[in-house]
Amino acid sequence: METARELNPSELMHEYLRQKKKFPHIWCSGCGIGTTMGAVIRAIADCELDRDRVVMVSGIGCSSRMPIYVDFNTLHTTHGRPIAFATGIKLARPELEVIVITGDGDAAAIGGNHLIHACRRNINLTVVCINNSIYGMTGGQASPTTPQGRVASTARYGDFERAFDLCDLTAGAGAAFVARGAVYYARQLEKLVAQAIRKKGFAFVEVVSQCPTYYGRFNKFKSPVEMLYWQRDNTVNVKAVAKMKPEELEGKLLTGVLADREYPEFTELYDKLIADLAAGRK
Amino acid sequence: MMQGNEAITRGALDAGVRFFAGYPITPSTEIAEIMSVELPKVGGKFLQMEDEIGSLAAVIGASLTGVKAMTATSGPGFSLMQENLGYAYMTEVPCLVVNVMRGGPSTGLPTHPSQGDVMQARWGTHGDHPAIVLAPSSVLDCYVLTVRAINLAERFRTPVILLPDEVVAHMREDVTLPKKVDVVDREAPHVPPEWYYPYDDSTTDVGPLAPFGTGFRFHVTGLTHDRAGFATTVPAEVDRAIRNLKRKMDRFRLDIIQVERVHLTDAEVVVAAYGICARSAEAAVLQARAQGYRAGFVNLKTIWPFCFKLMQRVADTAKAIIVPELNLGQLVREFERAVCGRTQVVPISRVDGEAITPRQILDVIAELARPGGTT
Repeated sequence: METARELNPSELMHEYLRQKKKFPHIWCSGCGIGTTMGAVIRAIADCELDRDRVVMVSGIGCSSRMPIYVDFNTLHTTHGRPIAFATGIKLARPELEVIVITGDGDAAAIGGNHLIHACRRNINLTVVCINNSIYGMTGGQASPTTPQGRVASTARYGDFERAFDLCDLTAGAGAAFVARGAVYYARQLEKLVAQAIRKKGFAFVEVVSQCPTYYGRFNKFKSPVEMLYWQRDNTVNVKAVAKMKPEELEGKLLTGVLADREYPEFTELYDKLIADLAAGRK
Repeated sequence: MMQGNEAITRGALDAGVRFFAGYPITPSTEIAEIMSVELPKVGGKFLQMEDEIGSLAAVIGASLTGVKAMTATSGPGFSLMQENLGYAYMTEVPCLVVNVMRGGPSTGLPTHPSQGDVMQARWGTHGDHPAIVLAPSSVLDCYVLTVRAINLAERFRTPVILLPDEVVAHMREDVTLPKKVDVVDREAPHVPPEWYYPYDDSTTDVGPLAPFGTGFRFHVTGLTHDRAGFATTVPAEVDRAIRNLKRKMDRFRLDIIQVERVHLTDAEVVVAAYGICARSAEAAVLQARAQGYRAGFVNLKTIWPFCFKLMQRVADTAKAIIVPELNLGQLVREFERAVCGRTQVVPISRVDGEAITPRQILDVIAELARPGGTT
């Protein structure tokens, strides 16, 4: 086989997909999850990970169907719990590369507790949270990232609750690496995921994504393309912030690497404990 | 002298457990505390999770990498684990869940014994599934049945539940542990990765489980799946998947069911019990024998699957079966189902946070053994 880096993007996708088994996929036309899957696959190829040692773990929801289609060790778990399953895998076998694919409902509502504790624990996982601001699979209910006032099938009069900023949340909880990308900026997203994989410690990447079927229809977006333009027009690369006036930043989402810090990594601390005990140093 | 919870940790370590994830809860906490000290000494890993849901999730994840893994909890935590317990049944991932029973419902009586989780251990998670549930009645049992639980989990690719009550878990007894125990390791695939099916039941009821990271790259899902592990709604495949979960254990019921029998051959009155009630029952039966009553004793070390055949045979000869339980009558219904009215089944219930005494049981034996006796 040629090395993954030498393949063109289409060949590369085919190289990493379980083509014979599970296509067509379940995602709607215009959904952002497929684009994100492409970015994740390119990032894995860029990091030259041995696919036998890659474990992709997901929870429940549209985004969490991604592991079905990729040719790694794949684990589709219970709703909200993929980070907890992944933590067990990583601690048991630190040599495995464990990547969690989750959504806004999965990671921030039912799984919010596991998310913040994983940040604090600083175990070497990569979490890619595809945030489409709604529950897609169950038919468009409000999620913890539905913006206040926006419409969902359980918030027909507009959502009263304020949305979580997932990057503020994870950075505040102590994640070693926090980044935000958007489906519109697929190449930047690929680089952010690759950086997250290379980061030794807990790495969180939020992907601003679009759900044309529910969020888009409920909130008067005319097409998936219009939703992608919304991403373009409402995000600012964090590198450009210094040159911008405060009023230009009003209501904008920052993309890029938002936190990158060094903390002792959990599995390394544990392996050192085992070595110390074996050597009689403890 | 050793405590029941400590014996559980010794059994787990000797059976090869090298991963524990848990959350503090009375009266099981000693298990986590001891494992946190002992596991790293043998190269194993201990993890305190943020709740019991995450604990069992981490255990299942670790087990998928080929490591023997367990957790320990009590009532409220066991309730939280039910969804992931179902996930482990469905995905056929071996693990051990210890539920040290305390009084319930809800927060209940954290420091007092109960046997109120017997039906939850069988039917607590949603959907049809098999269950192996073992109940120790002594500190030695805590050790032996933990080893056995882990062996059964690995052999049948299933979660196994160890169900001590608070008294058994906290009591201290003189105990001589076996010097050597038989340890079962899960079967590895015998085929190259391209031929591997993680749920292959074509040649054996329990297909080999390849550890993650060894080149087999398969899919695991809690959705009903085909033999390759991918979700299916094809009726024939769904039927096969669900039925095989049950079949793989049904065929080996006799291997799984373990029951201790004392003085059964000529017994008129049989006391059938598990956990701490079995200790009181044994004492009562021995006293009854000394007083001339033809009493017998059955100690169910395996609660689920239930020993139907044995109880049907007991019903042929005994005129009464007494079932003492620290609940309002849970396992007693299985006895009633087994004997179908052919003999009298008499429950003794206690739910005040105290154990049933031998005296309580002896009084019922004496009443029933009397000519024409009934309660």
